[in-house]
Amino acid sequence: MSFSPGLILILGALLVPFMQGMVRGAYIVLLPIICLFFILTLDSDVSATIAFLDYQLVPVRVDQLATVFGIIFCIAAAISALYAFHERDGLQQVAALIYAGSAIGAVFAGDLVTLFVFWELTAVSSVFLIWARRTERAYRAGMRYLIIQIGSGVLLMAGALLHIADTGSIAFTDFGLTSPATTLIFLAFGIKCAFPFLHNWLQDAYPEATVSGTVWLSAFSTKLAVYALARAFPGTEILIWIGVTMTAFPIFFAVIENDLRRVLAYSLNNQLGFMVTGIGIGTQLALNGTVAHAFCHILYKALLFMSMGAVLHRVGTIKASELGGLYKSMPLTAVFCMVGSASISAFPLFSGFISKSMILAAAAEQGYLVPWLILLFASAGVLDHSGIKIPFFSFFAHDSGIRVEEAPTNMLWAMGITAFLCIAIGVFPAPLYAILPYPVDFHPYTATHVITQYQLLLFSALAFVWLMRTGVYPPELRSTNLDFDVTYRKGLPAVARWLVQVFHPLDQTMRQRIIQFAQRIIAGVYRYSGPGGSLARTLGTGSMVFWVLAMLVGYLLISLAAP
Amino acid sequence: MTEKKEDTSEEIYWLDQPRNISLLVWLLVVICIVLFFSDAFYHKHAIFEIEHLFGFYGVFGFTVYVGLVMTAKWLRNLLMRPEDYYERDDEL
Repeated sequence: MSFSPGLILILGALLVPFMQGMVRGAYIVLLPIICLFFILTLDSDVSATIAFLDYQLVPVRVDQLATVFGIIFCIAAAISALYAFHERDGLQQVAALIYAGSAIGAVFAGDLVTLFVFWELTAVSSVFLIWARRTERAYRAGMRYLIIQIGSGVLLMAGALLHIADTGSIAFTDFGLTSPATTLIFLAFGIKCAFPFLHNWLQDAYPEATVSGTVWLSAFSTKLAVYALARAFPGTEILIWIGVTMTAFPIFFAVIENDLRRVLAYSLNNQLGFMVTGIGIGTQLALNGTVAHAFCHILYKALLFMSMGAVLHRVGTIKASELGGLYKSMPLTAVFCMVGSASISAFPLFSGFISKSMILAAAAEQGYLVPWLILLFASAGVLDHSGIKIPFFSFFAHDSGIRVEEAPTNMLWAMGITAFLCIAIGVFPAPLYAILPYPVDFHPYTATHVITQYQLLLFSALAFVWLMRTGVYPPELRSTNLDFDVTYRKGLPAVARWLVQVFHPLDQTMRQRIIQFAQRIIAGVYRYSGPGGSLARTLGTGSMVFWVLAMLVGYLLISLAAP
Repeated sequence: MTEKKEDTSEEIYWLDQPRNISLLVWLLVVICIVLFFSDAFYHKHAIFEIEHLFGFYGVFGFTVYVGLVMTAKWLRNLLMRPEDYYERDDEL
């Protein structure tokens, strides 16, 4: 009888408060590694069940899809823990472990009830990584994040209940978009996966989290949603169009965004688009591509967030308008950041290349010309915001004069290990290909792939240079850019204010009427029972005796009248 | 690692010299030219018709990149607000 691997982290988190300092830090790094080895010992295609009411819960369902995500989640947790090793904030440490554990638990969940429990637990635990920043801004962003995440859970529960009523089964399998129930589940996944118009929690909350909190956050929630979509809705065609939209629109925002961690959040959204497109295409190559891309993406995105976190940690700001020239004081961080940039841009020999090319090849194989062109456009866009903008405006560009220390040693190790993995996967993709859900017959390093990719990327880079040299490239400005969240951050309060304006006079008149009515009643009562009122007159004892007598006579007459 | 000192006493880095930046730019230009004409020297395994156009990937990359940046720059007119835009009317 095996138990959910996620419990190793969740229950392990409960011991964190009993440890201190380095021991505690080491323990948090070690726990995901133990979890990783436990996952590797799980027999494939085996599931554990527990009887629950009339249903069979499946807390552990082991197959290749779940295992790949389990493995990368453990690696991400260990790396994030190493990155956060210097921190002594128990709240964050416990929250992060429970968060990672519940994501792993959700990946191995074989039924909707278990999935729902872990799904909500990721939301509730992760919000503390945002609140741990302990600013008013972070508190508010966390609140918005929590409301939306819990909303996703509520939709999932509603969908699951309907689905159980429809089919009598709680199994979490390939549903397809076939009924109102599965549509609700689809929407629940869509919120967590940051579908267009449901995406803004991501760009809103992630940049407000703590330095290490954002690294934790970047790995789990959205990739859990990718996993869930790949499990339940592979080959659902609408996902292709949702996916390509996700790859395309965030890059416009990324170009003009000033907060570099927010740029990365937009870029994260864009990368999710590639995965969602792969799920929509639904062929073996596409799904393999999606899983491989999620695997690589977790690493290079964490690497980019770590490097920007290190800058924030040392400089105290992450606004592009304030930064520049930092390679002089943080050379190692700059190198690691550029490895992450090269990986996300999918330069050959870096990890993104061997996974993203699978999704593009799958789109081409199925003859999806327009989606393929959009993906190609988005690939050029990735080069702009994550490939060039992130490293260029922080570490190079004009020298801001800021001189700081290099990042702390534990951060450098975490970034170094991740950078190594990004290159290793790019150079030797075979081990990753071997653990994908389907057999892989794909060769990324063909002359066509490599040359066309270099053409796309270097001509884009040339365009950047040209725009910079001619002064056309938009300067970094301190600003906020409106996105869809303006609807609920400005729109909803405006509606509330309008309602108050309309209903306030109405409410006032109603109150006045009621008060006037009550006053009239009080005046009437006062007239009759107040001093001098007819009901308040005092009568003499004699008249009372008279009335008692009259009553007794009345009784007598009635009793005599009755036979 | 550089200590926080007078900026004037700092060493001059290789990238501080505009000459070297230009060198890098020209290097990129040369590589791009080579890449562009490399289409003539190998058999392209392409699926779509459009991929067979000579230098398609390079021209496409350059064009959409410029298009993306120019559109985003224009979008600032619509979308850009002051930094404290969401903190202004907090009382509600």
